[in-house]
Amino acid sequence: SMSSEQNELTQTPLLKIWVPWVHSTLSRRRGSSVPQFTNSPTVIVMVGLPARGKTYISKKLARYLNWIGVNTAVFNLGQYRREAVQTYKNYEFFRPDNEEAMKIRRNCASNALTDIGAYFTKEQGQVAVFDATNTTRERRGLILSFAKEKGYKVFFVESVCDDPDIIEQNIMQVKLSSPDYENCDKEEALEDFLKRIECYKMTYVPLDEEKDRHLSYIKIFNVGSRYLVNRVQDHIQSRIVYYLMNIHVTPRSIYLSRHGESDLNLLGRIGGDSGLSTRGQMYASALAAFVQSQSIRDLKVWTSHMKRTIQTAEALGVPYEQWKALNEIDAGMCEEMTYEEIQDHHPEEFALRDQDKYRYRYPKGESYEDMVHRLEPVIMELERQENVLVICHQAVMRCLLAYFLDKSADELPYLRCPLHTVLKLTPVAYGCKVESIFLNVQAVNTHREKPPNVDINRKTEDALQTVPEHV
Amino acid sequence: FYIGVFFLPHLCFTVSLYLTLSLSLGPAVCMTNCPTLIVMVGLPARGKTYISKKLTRYLNWIGVPTKEFNVGQYRRECLKIYKNFEFFRPDNEEGLKIRRQCALSALNDVRQYLCMEGGQVAVFDATNTTRERRDTITRFAEQNGFKVFFVESVCEDPDVIAENIVQVKLGSPDYIDCNTEEAVADFMKRIKCYENSYQPLDEGLDRELSYIKIMDVGRRYLVNRVLDHIQSRIVYYLMNIHITPRSIYLCRHGESDLNVRGRIGGDSGLTSRGKEYAKSLGHFIQEQNIKDLKVWTSQMKRTIQTAEALAVPYEQWKALNEIDAGVCEEMMYEEIQEHFPLEFALRDQDKYRYRYPKGESYEDLVQRLEPVIMELERQENVLVICHQAVMRCLLAYFLDKSAEELPYLKCPLHTVLKLTPVAYGCKVESIFLNVEAVNTHRDKPENVDISRPTEEALLTVPAHQ
Repeated sequence: SMSSEQNELTQTPLLKIWVPWVHSTLSRRRGSSVPQFTNSPTVIVMVGLPARGKTYISKKLARYLNWIGVNTAVFNLGQYRREAVQTYKNYEFFRPDNEEAMKIRRNCASNALTDIGAYFTKEQGQVAVFDATNTTRERRGLILSFAKEKGYKVFFVESVCDDPDIIEQNIMQVKLSSPDYENCDKEEALEDFLKRIECYKMTYVPLDEEKDRHLSYIKIFNVGSRYLVNRVQDHIQSRIVYYLMNIHVTPRSIYLSRHGESDLNLLGRIGGDSGLSTRGQMYASALAAFVQSQSIRDLKVWTSHMKRTIQTAEALGVPYEQWKALNEIDAGMCEEMTYEEIQDHHPEEFALRDQDKYRYRYPKGESYEDMVHRLEPVIMELERQENVLVICHQAVMRCLLAYFLDKSADELPYLRCPLHTVLKLTPVAYGCKVESIFLNVQAVNTHREKPPNVDINRKTEDALQTVPEHV
Repeated sequence: FYIGVFFLPHLCFTVSLYLTLSLSLGPAVCMTNCPTLIVMVGLPARGKTYISKKLTRYLNWIGVPTKEFNVGQYRRECLKIYKNFEFFRPDNEEGLKIRRQCALSALNDVRQYLCMEGGQVAVFDATNTTRERRDTITRFAEQNGFKVFFVESVCEDPDVIAENIVQVKLGSPDYIDCNTEEAVADFMKRIKCYENSYQPLDEGLDRELSYIKIMDVGRRYLVNRVLDHIQSRIVYYLMNIHITPRSIYLCRHGESDLNVRGRIGGDSGLTSRGKEYAKSLGHFIQEQNIKDLKVWTSQMKRTIQTAEALAVPYEQWKALNEIDAGVCEEMMYEEIQEHFPLEFALRDQDKYRYRYPKGESYEDLVQRLEPVIMELERQENVLVICHQAVMRCLLAYFLDKSAEELPYLKCPLHTVLKLTPVAYGCKVESIFLNVEAVNTHRDKPENVDISRPTEEALLTVPAHQ
């Protein structure tokens, strides 16, 4: 029978999670807003000929999973090979009858799998992406045995493409600049790479609907026009499939900006729902001129439900859509306070926030971690869309930016997102190009750096050291 | 200017010019919020109606006006009495004529719904097993500026098909006067009639169409040319649902301190009666002997205290937190009437869409609960310990309640609702665990006018300390 104490709970100071006083092995203390659904580690195994987008998918998937809080790492076999064979001569290394090379390549695969095991057991990894061609049944069998022995789940992602234009595009974008072709001219490199692909084609056995019907996999055809999905086992695989089905490679740009300077910004107060200051209005007009000058095709404009982003969008004179999910972080009891007031009334809270700004949840409010989960549908839709301008808020913009630029949870809350500055993000190769455009309208600085002293007993001056100036 | 109201703030319908090719009436230009026609494809007893109804329920719940059009029903209205499978023989001229008429009649109603009644999605539930029939539908959609998305269900497992027939065909009006054997025999012959002319969606011939092919009750999917957001959501949903028998248990936390004081929201702990309930819930769960039960709570103290008493692992979801009443948090209704009489009246006028100042609306709640519903679809046996407004939203999803009904669904304290999917819907068992609790249900008062007197505003407030 339960003792009355068992019903007593305490709220953890930083995460604001209710946990029992008495340590109970039966309750799971969750530090995040959603339950963690990854129990067994999962190995995602890429499958496909060279230049089919495997590395592109691997990196993008890892970026997405890490952003939503699933520890993921990519293990690229090509890198292992480059470390083992310092200098790449030519495609002959990849000939299926090259015994010596085969031995090296098998060793590399083995090492990669060992590293994957270490990632799971020693580094709290939850998902490992094994980025290699894995084009033979034999190689895939090896991975399956390895996973079975260790109790890991396996999910295959095969990319099939026979469109020669796409393949050439691929090669131009990412292969020519590879360390393998450092000392070659473009034609030589292209020719060699095509011969490399031929080497693999000879032994390529795609995932088979019949023979591989017990495996869990997604087969992506021609950059996403068609998908075959087999035996999705669990939540994380379902999310992975959904994500892969929503991404595309059509060139486009995403513009991120905050609302124009607001009245509360000027007063150094956080949160609230105030309108634009005079300079904020000026920014909105400048933004309109900027958008026009960029001549962006079919631009979509998104705002939050808060007055300041809507006022900014209104000045553009184009249709826009409001997302509640884009609302600024809810500072709960600290809404509309200045940092000085927070230090005055809640010094401990203020210190805890500095100790772990990503996970810290305002009393009756949110954390950055909560926000990432609320922004996930926005990210998913951004992936589906083409040219989009998102007019949002400081904390929101940091979360979105962290996703596109693969910033860690520790860096995220300190990313610089100043007022009156547009960030233009353009996907390129395996990442994202960023252009920062300040629209020449002065605004107050709202960026507070992490102070050196984060101790809960620190002096007020230490706590307020990095607070930006305000009225 | 802005595109103001979306059916759901989080669902973005793109403004796009969609010029289509058409053979007769000229191109239809599909602009804002292009309606979507979902076309089911498959032999009888492949789960088309099950999928149609479930998908319709889901889309309506997330705020996309959707309606299903079952051609079988049109046929029953036309034919009045079903004799036997011979009606479906491919050489039955008269039968074919009637069936074609019914299909066209249904399409007409689809057009009415999507063009004139504010419908966003129509689900055309019929076998649609020939390429010819599908071409007719595609042409119809092009003429009217609708996007088309096919959902084909392919299944050869005789056990699944037999189970299907037993679950939903035997109870059909068609077989009202037959015994089980007769009905099954006739239905099998009916399926045979379709088999010879069945042309499944083909990877080659139909590569320009948008569709999902569901094989073997969800073991495998083929997805082709997903065009937009709504199709992507539909695919995700279809890939997450299953038909493995299971039950979902919904209940609220035990009675809380703020409950007895008639105050809304907050983050208080359980009263002694609330703790008793938690214990009873523990016993109840044990007695039910549920296989692999998952327990979910919100991140609020009262649900967690309740779960703690079960002595089993549980998962906390922030998304299950009670509706945020903003400036009205921890107030009694009497205080809300005193300080915010206008707000109080507005809420009574449209309780679903009304958003508390600096708080949330039921509509916001539904959006925040969507990932919970998606995961509930993936899971099997789950007990969700949540809150009044949250439970109303979840219940509305399972029982297909409208936005008008949702905020007034009765979800009393200390009562477990056991939901078990059956046939095309959900069986509900209500189990009161015999521990008294305060009533927290406030019915819609008669007078919702903003200038109503205080007594009329407070007429339906339940008693409290």
